[in-house]
Amino acid sequence: METINYQNFRIDAENICVDYNGKVALYDANLRLKPGQICGLVGMNGAGKTTFFNALTGFVNISKGKIRINGESVRSAQKDQTIAYVPQNEGIDSQFPISVWDVVMMGRYGSMNIFRCPRESDVQAVKDAIERVDLTDHLSTPIGNLSGGQRKRTFLARAIAQRASILLLDEPFSGVDIRTEKLISELFIQFKNEGKTILLSTHDMIHVREFCDLVLLINKTVVAYGETSEVFTPENITTTFGGISPDFLFGPES
Amino acid sequence: MELCSFLTLDSIITDPLTHDFMRKALLMSSLVAAVCGFLSSYLTLKGWALMGDAVSHSVMPGVVVAYALGLPFSLGAFIFGVGSVALIGFIKQKSRVKEDTVIGLVFTGFFALGIVLVSKIKSNIDLHSILFGSPLGISLSDVKQTIFISLLVVILLSIFRKDLMLYCFDPRHAKTVGINVFFLHYLLLTCLSLAAVVGLQSVGIILVVAMLITPGATAYLLTDKFDNMTVISVLSAIISSLIGIYVSFWFDLETGGSIVLAQTFIFLFAFLFAPRYGIFKLKKLFAGYK
Repeated sequence: METINYQNFRIDAENICVDYNGKVALYDANLRLKPGQICGLVGMNGAGKTTFFNALTGFVNISKGKIRINGESVRSAQKDQTIAYVPQNEGIDSQFPISVWDVVMMGRYGSMNIFRCPRESDVQAVKDAIERVDLTDHLSTPIGNLSGGQRKRTFLARAIAQRASILLLDEPFSGVDIRTEKLISELFIQFKNEGKTILLSTHDMIHVREFCDLVLLINKTVVAYGETSEVFTPENITTTFGGISPDFLFGPES
Repeated sequence: MELCSFLTLDSIITDPLTHDFMRKALLMSSLVAAVCGFLSSYLTLKGWALMGDAVSHSVMPGVVVAYALGLPFSLGAFIFGVGSVALIGFIKQKSRVKEDTVIGLVFTGFFALGIVLVSKIKSNIDLHSILFGSPLGISLSDVKQTIFISLLVVILLSIFRKDLMLYCFDPRHAKTVGINVFFLHYLLLTCLSLAAVVGLQSVGIILVVAMLITPGATAYLLTDKFDNMTVISVLSAIISSLIGIYVSFWFDLETGGSIVLAQTFIFLFAFLFAPRYGIFKLKKLFAGYK
């Protein structure tokens, strides 16, 4: 039997289950991702996409199974700033009195001292990150005054400033303008070349075909997982979405 | 009238200061207001207004029991304040009843227990001062307790200022980068209980929630920067306390009610005239004239 070197995997989730007060949200889910891979997470609302993310970040505890991040526990991944989570625009309070700079600086909190005083290196990391998402003109803009796309880029910058090797993105393309979409897709290619691993949830089938090497179809558990070209078939998509034809959902395939 | 003839603006301010109890009340209420105002920024952003109401009402039996046993009343209040939150969490988790219902039924239950206890324990507990506050009749031991608790809360909030902001804003990110969210949650609850304890001396149990949410809400309308929000919140809380006490002195009004009314008026003023978020959006109006 071939021995598996877990160190090779950035994410290795094995038979994980999550339940909330006895209600099962996710069961027997598996996922293995290597450095430089981009994986799409596809499923209906309530299929467990967010739960999957929460399990990987340690925001919820798994009731069964095992998660290794770079061969280590979720706890040590948190300590090492390994995972960055980029929330959905709807998942954050856009009226919170906070500027772009302050949000991006939050990416550095985990590696600062207890008072969270930014060092020279933190300031530089934040500057660089903001420049990479092209928001340098909006350093002190409150996030409430940003467009949906700009807000999305702010949180991407936070993930960049964090210098995480794994990025989890919840609906990165929803509610963004063309410019942001182009910028995000360019960043994805850069991240891939830097050896970062990306797991993104999306409703948009075109984006899956465009960016994702791998796709994970889930409906409370894994429906199908593998290379996008092999797994992302109309049959699998139909199963994932509870029998509704993908043509009906997304229009006929071109 | 004779009274008016010697009332200058100067004496309106200084006359009450000749009384020892007024100096004490002004100082202590300002301190309490500062603490509650500081915390208020977090509570309004976290959406914990109802939680603040619950905790502040739930401390009632704790205060009564502590008085009866001769313990520091802050200790009893603190235990019941945190206990109420634990009970709310427990019932919410173990039943299908919605959270706001659970909060409502738990805190009214605790409050009722407190009232029943007062009627049963015939001691020198002054129900009126617990319910409505008595900043003018604050005792020396209460002063010491208040200063101690206030400093404690201010120090805790200052140390964890940024972490608490992150916790209110995006707890998921906090957790992801290894920040102890569980600790921050209970830290905020602890500060809430402690602030409720000191706040109730100024305005009483029934109105203390106003001290915990109104200054934050006012500040929220006036700024887009968190640090400014904290400063404005603290200042508006202190100013309201001073106004409330002076007004209650000159017009012989209930002090706690006057303080809270002053806060409400400041909020309404911000609601109407805040530069960006007010009804009349003064910034736009002025921009139009340029």
